[in-house]
Amino acid sequence: MTASRVRQTLASVASVPLTLFGLILVTFLIGRAMPIDPVIAIAGDHAPPDVIARVRTELGLDKPLPVQFAIYMGQLLHGNLGNSVMTSHPVTEDIARFFPATLELATVAIIIAILIGVPLGVVAAWRQGSRFDHVVRVVSLAGQSVPVFVLGLVCLLVFYAKLGIAPGTGQIDVAYEGMVPPITGMLVLDAALEGDWDSFWNAGSHLVLPSLVLAYFSMAYITRMTRAFMIESLAGEYIVTARAKGLSATRILWRHAFGNIAVRLVTVLALAYAGLLEGAVITETVFSWPGIGLYLTGSLLNADMNAVLGATLVIGLVYLVLNLLADLAYRLLDPRVR
Amino acid sequence: MTALSTYLSRDWLLSETPSSRTHAAWVRRYRGWLQFRGNGLAMVGLITVIVMIVASLAAPLLAFQDPSAQDLAGRLAPPSAAHWFGTDELGRDIYARILYGGRVTLGMVVAVVLLVAPIGLAVGCIAGYFGGIVDRALMRLTDVFLAFPRLVLALAFVAALKPGITSAVIAIALTAWPPYARLARAETLTVRNTDYIAAVRMTGARSGRIILRHIVPLCVSSVIVRVTLDMSGIILTAAALGFLGMGAQPPLPEWGTMIASSRAYILEQWWVPTIPGIAIFIASLAFNLLGDGMRDVLDPRQR
Amino acid sequence: MLVEIRNLRVQFPTATGLSDAVRDVSLTLGQEKLGIVGESGSGKSLTARSIMRLLPGNARISADRLAFDGIDLLRADEATLRKIRGGRAGLIMQDPKYSLNPVMTAGAQIAEAWRVHRGGSRKAAGQAALDLLTQVQIRDPERVARAYPHELSGGMGQRVMIAMMLAPDPELLIADEPTSALDATVQAEILRLIEDLVSRRGMGLILISHDLPLVSHFCDRVAVMYAGRIVEELAANELTRAKHPYTRGLLDCLPSLTHPQARLKVMQRDPSWLT
Ligand SMILES: Nc1ncnc2c1ncn2[C@@H]1O[C@H](COP(=O)(O)OP(=O)(O)O)[C@@H](O)[C@H]1O
Ligand SMILES: [Mg+2]
Repeated sequence: MTASRVRQTLASVASVPLTLFGLILVTFLIGRAMPIDPVIAIAGDHAPPDVIARVRTELGLDKPLPVQFAIYMGQLLHGNLGNSVMTSHPVTEDIARFFPATLELATVAIIIAILIGVPLGVVAAWRQGSRFDHVVRVVSLAGQSVPVFVLGLVCLLVFYAKLGIAPGTGQIDVAYEGMVPPITGMLVLDAALEGDWDSFWNAGSHLVLPSLVLAYFSMAYITRMTRAFMIESLAGEYIVTARAKGLSATRILWRHAFGNIAVRLVTVLALAYAGLLEGAVITETVFSWPGIGLYLTGSLLNADMNAVLGATLVIGLVYLVLNLLADLAYRLLDPRVR
Repeated sequence: MTALSTYLSRDWLLSETPSSRTHAAWVRRYRGWLQFRGNGLAMVGLITVIVMIVASLAAPLLAFQDPSAQDLAGRLAPPSAAHWFGTDELGRDIYARILYGGRVTLGMVVAVVLLVAPIGLAVGCIAGYFGGIVDRALMRLTDVFLAFPRLVLALAFVAALKPGITSAVIAIALTAWPPYARLARAETLTVRNTDYIAAVRMTGARSGRIILRHIVPLCVSSVIVRVTLDMSGIILTAAALGFLGMGAQPPLPEWGTMIASSRAYILEQWWVPTIPGIAIFIASLAFNLLGDGMRDVLDPRQR
Repeated sequence: MLVEIRNLRVQFPTATGLSDAVRDVSLTLGQEKLGIVGESGSGKSLTARSIMRLLPGNARISADRLAFDGIDLLRADEATLRKIRGGRAGLIMQDPKYSLNPVMTAGAQIAEAWRVHRGGSRKAAGQAALDLLTQVQIRDPERVARAYPHELSGGMGQRVMIAMMLAPDPELLIADEPTSALDATVQAEILRLIEDLVSRRGMGLILISHDLPLVSHFCDRVAVMYAGRIVEELAANELTRAKHPYTRGLLDCLPSLTHPQARLKVMQRDPSWLT
């Protein structure tokens, strides 16, 4: 690793705190601009004026905006995102409870999306212009065009209501609820760790529909990018060299053409994983999946400001970290960037 | 008369040896059009988009019925001759509501694009042209906005502003401009140090003028491609906001909102929420097909 | 005969129908050194790549006969072609910066060529790669074998390319402007290396270039191409007897120490050469 590469890598890591600061500032400003009065939310609608004044001072809302921001930052540094009005728990606790379900859903979805999307993109590029290529193109454009909530609802209608081959909404059947003690918070994993196979299969079957819906959403993106990268790579002179060496088609395709895009693809996959957070917000709402997306939309409808801002901030943070990983993967893995 | 027919002839438009700059430009455009026309999917997209625009503009003529006229006795009726797509939970004609909903959706898309493209262009061109600290500051700003998933940031904005169609447009615009800024900056960087910009600078032109007259026009074609491809994203985000109760509010016939309010009937009267869903899908797919074809012609590098 | 070409034609589809890139080309080659010269776009590369059936996907190829060591290349199946490619005929391209795989080490790329045609263990192939790097006169084979293409200079890269193509011990080497992307000082070294290897191993060579004197210096025979056709073919030592006006034009455009001219001539092209 050369000095300049180290410097660039450090620079991209160093820009993260700045972006994070901006992220916090944006959420803070959104919070202050909210039409809901946080004092009334805490003290109640009919609180006497002196109580309202006291709560206002306690919250630091009588101070100038920069001071308020400093206080907010101070609380964040202590991991304090305030209390949720809806659950009356600290927001950090809530998020810790809801986040694993999102992680479970998104991880299963990204694995499905990669396993299907990457080979589709590679073969479509290899047979560019063929009927197969056209079908892949339409399927992936459709995936980028279909609203996730419509797809989710239609899947529920067809596979749950009409065919009866998929379970309904939620993370597990009501009968099994609360049987598995939370370890990681990811129900399927916890059930496996406990050796509770009934719960495992039940939770697993609940995971199928939402993760497939979510996977289609990012599979479309992965396929498109893989195809575009592969077409570019297959046009490279080194592919002519590989053919001139007498290599087999499979070896040319995977070792030489795909080998050249693997690192860039890792970047795309990290971004796709981050993009799943967005899809997860809607998918969770449709499937009543108890993840951070459901928490966020629930808090929105209840005008629960701390919860909304906390969830937004956490999702932003995860997104930021995944973007950073994508960037680092590129810098550290590709021999050409050295 | 003869002159005009020369100009409109295929040979003139396909000439290998154009006689003037205008001629060359027309040859290029015609070749682009031929390439676009050869792409069946892109043509399907173009025609669907045109039909959609015409249908929403002519909604009062095509709808036969008032989209907000309630008929509680005939609620949740299946599709029939009187109600082509059936009626919703308040007995309103779904066909009419879909047509008027197209107006809402396309209106939101146009509003967002009109807000976003100038902001993105301005930020990107200024950052790219001046470089240095200006560039770094502006790019850090775009990074902050890119650091949120679009829908999540839009949700937070709408919550701060108060749910409604105006807030939704502003929120989507606030989350949609960063990619345009990045694009415009990249294009600006490639021309900033060229000789002809240096020549313009030597005539004493001021920076504002150089950016407006010489740099912005160069970014326009890639921005157009990006806008077309972005349309479907805007449609989906607007619909998702509506679905989550944060966008257009009932009784406005916005497609996402229509799904939200009839979601409970998915199992029994499945067509009530499904038909607006199909409308969203078709609109978004049409723009994707169109943008995809345009990109192949205008900007093969960008994928 | 190692290579027989009779009336080769290569076409590409365009907006206004098929257009000829190579037409009516006939050549034969034994264990000798043939030069192909001609300006850029005259069809040299397409002609040479036809012998390995390595044309771009949209190219249409036809010929009365196209054979390598008696094998009909137009009817050969993919497996036969793969044995010829790399195994019996090697191709060296212009710029190692693009023709080497950027994400594989030099050693891995050479070892791959070795293993595909000769089999054997990974370790043996790695050893063979080092050996081949020594044969192309690289002083520090271990370091170069571990290096990625972008870490090598142009001359080094081209030596790696040569080593890779020599790995299966082919009978024919096609060098398509192997020195055009290199510095003038390195050019001579690389050409001498190729010449040396070719005569030591008794291979046939097709050397493509746009530099007529250089080609005539290294080769036994020279074919001159213009606009997709061979306009003249002669022995290298009979260049001065060239008849075709294009060849004469090429020779006249060169500066000479023995017959200095105030102004170099500029070639006057005649449309009748195209027919
Ligand atoms: N992939 C291709 N598509 C269309 N035309 C091509 C392609 N490759 C080569 N050609 C045409 O064939 C002609 C000869 O190409 P080439 O053999 O590479 O020339 P040379 O090697 O002599 O410079 C070029 O002028 C070009 O017009
Ligand atoms: Mg060539």
